[in-house]
Amino acid sequence: MEHHHILRTITKLLIPIILLFALYVQFHGDFGPGGGFQAGVIFGSGIILYGIVFGLDKAMAVIPPSVLRVLAALGVLLYGGVGLTGIFLGGQFLDYSVLAAEPTKGQHLGILLIELGVGTTVAAIMILLFFAFAGFNREERG
Amino acid sequence: MLFSAFSLLSAGLFVALDAVDVAFTEAAVGAGISTILALATLALTGARQEAGTHHKVAPLIVVIITGSVLIYASIDIPPVGDSQAPSHLHVAPRYLNQSMKEVGIPNVVTSVLASYRGYDTLGEVTVILTAGIGVLALLGGRRRKKERTKSGDKEE
Repeated sequence: MEHHHILRTITKLLIPIILLFALYVQFHGDFGPGGGFQAGVIFGSGIILYGIVFGLDKAMAVIPPSVLRVLAALGVLLYGGVGLTGIFLGGQFLDYSVLAAEPTKGQHLGILLIELGVGTTVAAIMILLFFAFAGFNREERG
Repeated sequence: MLFSAFSLLSAGLFVALDAVDVAFTEAAVGAGISTILALATLALTGARQEAGTHHKVAPLIVVIITGSVLIYASIDIPPVGDSQAPSHLHVAPRYLNQSMKEVGIPNVVTSVLASYRGYDTLGEVTVILTAGIGVLALLGGRRRKKERTKSGDKEE
């Protein structure tokens, strides 16, 4: 992709918008369509686009696979952790109403946190899958 | 490419059915990620299939039985748009009426997914993580072995 100047320039312009849109979908999921899953996929596709156009090595330099593996597990841990916090604060598992003084505020906080967990795991797994497929292909050729 | 176009069309269909959240997922996953992964898989596989040693009749019988069971089950499905369908009578009214009071966020889909059905969503995220680990174990393990043999060659 070294000589595709138009592609490289457009990609450079697009990637910040894609990542920003992913964050918007992530944190605006309470009010509009979207949520952690969609945001994770959009964020992942932003990084995958970078990997396709600028090469796998540069994409892996941006987010190393070792970091991604930790992030993928952290997302699920965050989700489960919010659920367990509900138990420790006197509610039931995944009962967010006890997280704040008012039940609706607690629900807001809980949903925000678990959506963040979902988004982190989904984005990390999507990028890891792409790295695995693309890297495997390169090994086979080389 | 056909899959991608099909996913984009179904995303449009979901928007027409007022299911924006589903449309969003379909456009992002169906049209985007799965097309890339399908192309990557095609690049990994060879052009010709190896001659199989499996039986050809047994899978056919299994498929026919499963298909007839599914068709038999579809006879009982209520017609599209039936307001008396069981799925509209069980918990849906409570979710729609009480969501604003109990959860307090405007998007009912998010409140159902993340709060009322939070346990299901936790399971889904765990499934994604497990599936990812599975793929990495299949694809990543072999690569590490190759690196090892390569470094072994250099030492020799």
